[in-house]
Amino acid sequence: MSWYTFEEKIIPMDDWITFGVDWLVENYREFFQFIKFPVEQSVDGITWLLLALNPWVIILIFALLTWKFAGKMTTFFTVGTFILIGLLGLWGDTMTTLTMVLVSVLFCALVGIPLGIASGRRDRFDTLLRPILDTMQTTPAFVYLIPVVMLFSIGTVSGVIATIIFAMPPIVRLTNLGIRQVHPELVEAGEAFGATPTQVLIKVQIPQAWPSIMAGLNQTIMMALSMVVIAALIGAGGLGTPVFQGLNNLDIGLATIGGLGIVLLAMVLDRITQGMGQ
Amino acid sequence: MTEEIIRVENLYKVFGHSPKEALKLVDQGLDKDAIFKKTGMTIGVQDASFSVNTGEIFVVMGLSGSGKSTLVRMLNRLIEITSGSVFVNGQNVAKMDQKELTDLRRNKMSMVFQSFALMPHLSVIDNAAFGLALAKVDKDKQVERAMEALEQVGLEAWANSFPHELSGGMQQRVGLARALAVDPEIMLMDEAFSALDPLIRTEMQDQLLSLQEKHQRTIVFISHDLDEAMRIGDRIAIMEGGRIIQVGTPDEILQNPANDYVQAFFRGVDPTSILVAGDIARETQTTVINFPGKGPRAALQRLISHDREFGYVLDKSRRFLGVVSTDTLKEMINTDSNPDNFTNAFLENVEPVNIEDSMQDILDEVVSRPCPIPVLDNDQKYVGVISKNIFLRTLQQNTTN
Repeated sequence: MSWYTFEEKIIPMDDWITFGVDWLVENYREFFQFIKFPVEQSVDGITWLLLALNPWVIILIFALLTWKFAGKMTTFFTVGTFILIGLLGLWGDTMTTLTMVLVSVLFCALVGIPLGIASGRRDRFDTLLRPILDTMQTTPAFVYLIPVVMLFSIGTVSGVIATIIFAMPPIVRLTNLGIRQVHPELVEAGEAFGATPTQVLIKVQIPQAWPSIMAGLNQTIMMALSMVVIAALIGAGGLGTPVFQGLNNLDIGLATIGGLGIVLLAMVLDRITQGMGQ
Repeated sequence: MTEEIIRVENLYKVFGHSPKEALKLVDQGLDKDAIFKKTGMTIGVQDASFSVNTGEIFVVMGLSGSGKSTLVRMLNRLIEITSGSVFVNGQNVAKMDQKELTDLRRNKMSMVFQSFALMPHLSVIDNAAFGLALAKVDKDKQVERAMEALEQVGLEAWANSFPHELSGGMQQRVGLARALAVDPEIMLMDEAFSALDPLIRTEMQDQLLSLQEKHQRTIVFISHDLDEAMRIGDRIAIMEGGRIIQVGTPDEILQNPANDYVQAFFRGVDPTSILVAGDIARETQTTVINFPGKGPRAALQRLISHDREFGYVLDKSRRFLGVVSTDTLKEMINTDSNPDNFTNAFLENVEPVNIEDSMQDILDEVVSRPCPIPVLDNDQKYVGVISKNIFLRTLQQNTTN
């Protein structure tokens, strides 16, 4: 029996990974708690805020945002959507999902935009980052749900962390693209008038790349919403829960209204962020 | 009076992986093509040396790929210098650290680009204030100076528009205002008017010249257009294949081209649009009558003895008074009771021309007058005359070359 017949496993990679994760959990617990802390605080803060506010105040806030960025017709749609969600009995779940989306998008933007800028300005960094982004985007979420639960335990925070991993690549990629698409002569003009590298970034590149960065933010939000059901599997709560429960109990009605809530919320957030990019 | 502000010495630019190696090959006497074949490296600019004087428009002219854009970008180091020096007010740009370089670009040297390179997200006034904003000038001061610059280019009414709302010519005037707003000693203009259509281009050239009249700045102007170079350039440097072949005033180059490449540029150029009256005026072959001389009789005697038909009357400080002919002198001597004054003998309709008038401008005058046309300098002093003969000979010389 030789290695080249491929009849037996020669490389026990699965064992190594199991071992590695166990080792991480045991030895780096504090490090992961450190990562978890800001996410946890943000989740708690926003959840508290959304639940403390009267639903009509939230509807008003969204109506104003839509009015400012997306126009009149879309505003009617937004208000109608939120009223429908309330009437369907999905208000609480929707607020949880909204929290998860807001927090994960916040962290995606905080980490992803600088990463995108860095890879837009340096080819070598871009080359290094690209396979990592590919991995984040294509690895089936189920694969990293278990280590995430092991490292961060179950609950909304873990759901948010899993969502951050999955939803970050678009904003990195589109920020990168936006920076690269800035006309070189504009950068040259900036330099010719004595702009420092930071000034070139702030006064020339970011304003020019803005629509692209906003498109990235929009895509990140959409990706975050598509993780809602999967996050529900690790006890994250929100609109994924009725879908998940409906699937388990073959309750088509319950699963459908959960799905409807996700779609409607996605449409509202999409219209607002698309408007912001223009 | 002619104080140099920029001096460029033995400037080289090599594009490629190891410029030092390429420079060694240059020292060994290999040319640009041989080095490219051997190493794959391109010599952008080769051994360029020249100086630019304060207040002049210095045009660098050459075909595309001749290295002129690279050259101008080494003056403010938008492109790093491979070897050689660029002295601006005695300071070597090649040796400046980042801070000194930023200071140079913010305060001394501004630039106008072929593609305008305006910031599309900024309004016209914010674009004009761009350099000031980078230098962190007070906001009020920014607005004030940007507005002044916009007034200079006649765009104050468009201050709150955005670049995409303006025509190409107007956009480039914003580009010009942006460069003027920082009140630079030196402006680098990289094919600044080349993207504009011919009519607008001429208009912009006129605007630049009239701005120069009000406030003399040193301008290094890159162009591939000979007419433009001739029109606005005080001096012209001609580049070919990364080298500077000839530097001189437009008519120096026109009358004495350094080689066939330079000559090729001028083929088809109409000399009447380049040469001015001062270039072709002659002082010989004419008789000058200094007033007060010995009176009209003596003057007539001199004309007859020199075998001339016309005489040019000047006052003590060589200011031009008028032209007399043997006929008018004779007539005056016969009829006038007071023959000491020449005024009555002056030919009518002879208008002197200025040394700066182009041959085109004076053509009518030369052809329609009986006598050679007197040429005066800016102080109304006599310089010489232009005869039909001289005029035609100049034309012939320049077209058969």
